[in-house]
Amino acid sequence: MSATIETGARTRPDTEPVVSLRGASKAYGPIQALDDVTLELRAGEVMCLAGENGAGKSTLIKILTGAIRRDNGEYLVDGRDLGTPSPSEARDAGIGVVYQELSLLPDLSVEENLLMGQLPARRGITRPAELRRRAAAMLERVGLDWLDPGTEVGTLSLAVQQLVEIAKVLGASPKVLIFDEPTTALSESETKALLARIHQLRDEGHAIMYVSHHLEEMFDIGDRVTVLRDGGLVTSQPMSDFDHDSLIASMVGRKIESLYPATSRTVGEPRLTVRGLEPDGAAAPIDFEVRAGEIVGIAGLLGSGRSELLRAIFGADPVDGGEIEIDGERVAAGNPRRAVQAGLGLLTEDRKRLGLLLELSIRENASLAHIDEISRFGIVDRKRERSIVDQYLGGLKLRAGSWEQPVSSLSGGNQQKVLLARWLATHAKVLMFDEPTKGVDVGAKAEIYKVIGDLAAEGLGVVVVSSYLPEVLGLADRVLVMREGTIAGELAAEGATEEDVLALASTSTSTTTNDGAAA
Amino acid sequence: MRFLKNTQLDPAPAGAGAPAGAAAGPPAEREERILTFGDVFGRDAGGLIVLLVLFGGMTLASSEFLTGDNLANLARQVAVFGIIAVGQLLVILTAGIDLSVGSVLGLTGAITAELLVHGVGIVPAILAGMAAGAAIGVFNGTLVAYGKLPPFIVTLGMLGIARGVVLVLTDASTVQPLPESFGNIANGDFLGLPNLLWMFIAVVAIASFVLRRTVFGRYVYAVGSNPESARLAGVPVTRVLVAVYAIAGLLAAVGGVLFTSRLNAGVPTAGTGYELNAIAACVIGGASLFGAKGGAFGAAAGALIVGTLNNGGNLLAINSFYLQIIIGALILAAVAFDQWQGRRSRSS
Repeated sequence: MSATIETGARTRPDTEPVVSLRGASKAYGPIQALDDVTLELRAGEVMCLAGENGAGKSTLIKILTGAIRRDNGEYLVDGRDLGTPSPSEARDAGIGVVYQELSLLPDLSVEENLLMGQLPARRGITRPAELRRRAAAMLERVGLDWLDPGTEVGTLSLAVQQLVEIAKVLGASPKVLIFDEPTTALSESETKALLARIHQLRDEGHAIMYVSHHLEEMFDIGDRVTVLRDGGLVTSQPMSDFDHDSLIASMVGRKIESLYPATSRTVGEPRLTVRGLEPDGAAAPIDFEVRAGEIVGIAGLLGSGRSELLRAIFGADPVDGGEIEIDGERVAAGNPRRAVQAGLGLLTEDRKRLGLLLELSIRENASLAHIDEISRFGIVDRKRERSIVDQYLGGLKLRAGSWEQPVSSLSGGNQQKVLLARWLATHAKVLMFDEPTKGVDVGAKAEIYKVIGDLAAEGLGVVVVSSYLPEVLGLADRVLVMREGTIAGELAAEGATEEDVLALASTSTSTTTNDGAAA
Repeated sequence: MRFLKNTQLDPAPAGAGAPAGAAAGPPAEREERILTFGDVFGRDAGGLIVLLVLFGGMTLASSEFLTGDNLANLARQVAVFGIIAVGQLLVILTAGIDLSVGSVLGLTGAITAELLVHGVGIVPAILAGMAAGAAIGVFNGTLVAYGKLPPFIVTLGMLGIARGVVLVLTDASTVQPLPESFGNIANGDFLGLPNLLWMFIAVVAIASFVLRRTVFGRYVYAVGSNPESARLAGVPVTRVLVAVYAIAGLLAAVGGVLFTSRLNAGVPTAGTGYELNAIAACVIGGASLFGAKGGAFGAAAGALIVGTLNNGGNLLAINSFYLQIIIGALILAAVAFDQWQGRRSRSS
C-alpha cells in the first residue's frame, strides 16, 4: 500500500502514468486482435475502456495482466520496462484484476480465499488466529467488516463475493486495478454500491481501468475513456468530451447498415406462438408471436433473461407454465428433442459448451439434428448424409479441406456456419439465434446476416437475440426488449434508436423516451 | 496390409449411386478420397497396428505361436473378456465407466447355472441370464441418466451388490453338474474355428456396425463428446445412456453364459477383476475415458493385445508377474499417446 501513497494525492492527468503500454499488437493467426494500441493509466484516475465485442478489449486486458504475450510494443509500469511479463510478474509489478467471472473457490471460507497461496503457517501447519486477523483487516478495507471471515464463499450473494474478490486483489497492494465487466451479475443498487467503492479506491490513489458494456456506468465513473475498434485505438479523451451518442458513434465508427439484408419480406401467418410462458425467474409471463417471414429481435442487458427465454421456448430448461405452438400445433414443454421434431431450432450462444461436439468431424456435427430423418431402420444413409452436408455447408461457403476434419480445427465463424447448417438441414419452421455473430469476424458476420435474411424470406419465423444493438436493429423487423426476465416493451425496428432500446432495457435510467418509444 | 493397397488402386466409381432421391446435390466438387488404413478401421487404427507388430514379433520369437492349436487357445482366452470389453467400450464412449461388468458376469453365469441344475431348459436358462444382465444394466443406466449419479459410483455399488448376490445365491460353492450339451456351446468348433471366436467376431462386427452406421452409434459419440450440446441438438441423451449401460450389462451376461459353458460349471468368483481388464483393453485400443473416442475394432484389438501378451508370455516362459508390469506400462503408454495427440490437435 505504501507505494501508492506516494502518488496518493488526487492527481491530474498530466502526471506521470503508472502504466504505459505503447504500440502493443497481438495477432491470433490471421486475425489482428490488437493493432498498435497505446494506453496510459494514471494514479487517481478511472479510465474506461469502450468498444464493441471483438474490438480487442479482452486482448488488451490479457496483455496487461500477462495472461497472453503481445507481439510487439513496450509495457512500462512506473517507468520500468516489464518486457513480456508472466501473470505473477505482472501481479508483483502492481497490476490487479477483478474478473467478470469470479475466481473465488466457492467451497472454501472467505478467509481461506483471501489468503490462498499465502496462508499464514508455521512449518506447514496453518495458524487460524493469524489467518482470521489478516482476513478481517482485508475485509475492512472494502467495507465488509460485518462479514465473518469463516463464512463459506458459496453462501454469499454475488455482490458480496465481488467485494471479497476486490479485497483479495487489494491484498497484493496493487497500484493498478482493472475491472472487467464487474457489474454483469449485479443488481442496480449493488452496482451503485460497487461504483461508489471504485470511486473511493480511485481517491486513495489507485489507477483504475474500468471495462463495461454499460455506457451509463462509464459516464458515471469514468474520468477518461479509451475507445477501441477492430483492434485499433480510436481515441483516448476525457469522458466529458463525449455524450451517449458520440461515444457510440466512436465505438461503432463504420457504416454498418449495408451489412444487413434488405427487409422486403412478406409477413404471413404466425409460425411461433408463445403464450403465458414463465421461464425460471421471470417477473411476469411472456406472450408474443413470430410470423412467417418475420425477424423478431430480442434485446436487453446481460442477465435480463434473453437466453433463458430462448431456452425455455426450446424446452431446454423446465418452465413454470405456458404454451408454445408451432404453426398452431402445441409443442410438448421441457424436451428439446420434441422441439426439434416440431420444427424449432436453437443456435446457442456458447458454441463450444452448448453447440459443438468438438471431438467429432464437421460432417457429424452438421448432420446431428436431422440424422434421424435420413435414416432407415436406424441405419444412417451415408450418401444422403454427405450430399445434404455438401448442400448446406457448400451453400454457406464453408472453407475446409474435408468434411471429415474435426470441427475443432475451424475458426469461430466457420464453426458457426457448421451449426447453422445443422439447423438448416432440419428444415426448421422457426429458428432462434442466440448471439449469432459472437466471436465472428466481420466477413462471416455479413454472410450469417444474409442467411438469416434469406431464411425469413423463405417464410421461416426467425428470432434473434443479440447484445449488440445495431445488429438487433439492423436485422429485425420488430424488437422485444427484455428486463428482469420478462418483456418490458416492443419497438418497431425501423426508426428505433439504440437509446430507445436502452431506455426500455434499463430500469433506473428510464427517462421521458420511455413512453414515447413503447409502441 | 498389402491387401489394403489393392483397394486403393480400385478406382471407386466417382458418380456411382448419385444420391438417390436426395435433395438436389450441390455443385459437387467432392474429390474421390483415397481409401486408407485409417478409413477402413476408422477411429481405432492405432491398436490394430500394435497388434500386428505384436503378432509379427511373437511369430519370430516362438515357433509355437503361429500354430492352429495355439491360436485357437488364444481365441478362447480372449473371447470372453473381449466381449465384455466391447460393452465397456460403449459406456466409455459416453464418457462413463462400468465397473460392475465382472460381477455381472459372475452373477448371470451363476443364474444360468442354477437354472440348469434345477432342470430348466438350456435356452430359457441362457435367456434368463441375459435378461438379468440387461436388467442390471438398465438399473445402472437409470441411476446415471435420470438420477444424475456419477457412473463410477453407481457401478462401483453394483460391483459389490452383484458379487454379493452371487455368493449368497450359490452359497459360495461351485454350481454343477451342468448338461454336457451346455458345455458344447463354448467348447465346440464351427468350420474349424472355436465357437467362442465366432461369437467374439460377431459381437465386434455388430458393435462396429452399430457405432459407425447407425443413428444410435452417432448419438453415443455425440453424448460422449458433449451431452448438453447433444441434448440441444435433439439427441435423446438419457435414453442413449440407459441403452448403453443396458448393452454393457447384456454383453457381460453373454460373457457370463460363455464362461459358465466353457467350464461347464457355475463359478461364484467368475469374472473377478474382468472390469479392469475390459477397461484396459478399451484404453489400449485407443478409447478415451473422456468419451467420444475409440471404436469396436480398437477395443477388440486391445483385448487381443492383452491376450497375446499373456499367451506369448506363457510360450516364452516369461514370469507372469512381469507380464502384469508390461500390461500396466502399455496402458500408461496408450493414455500418454492419447493425451499427446489431443494436445497436438488442440494447439493446431
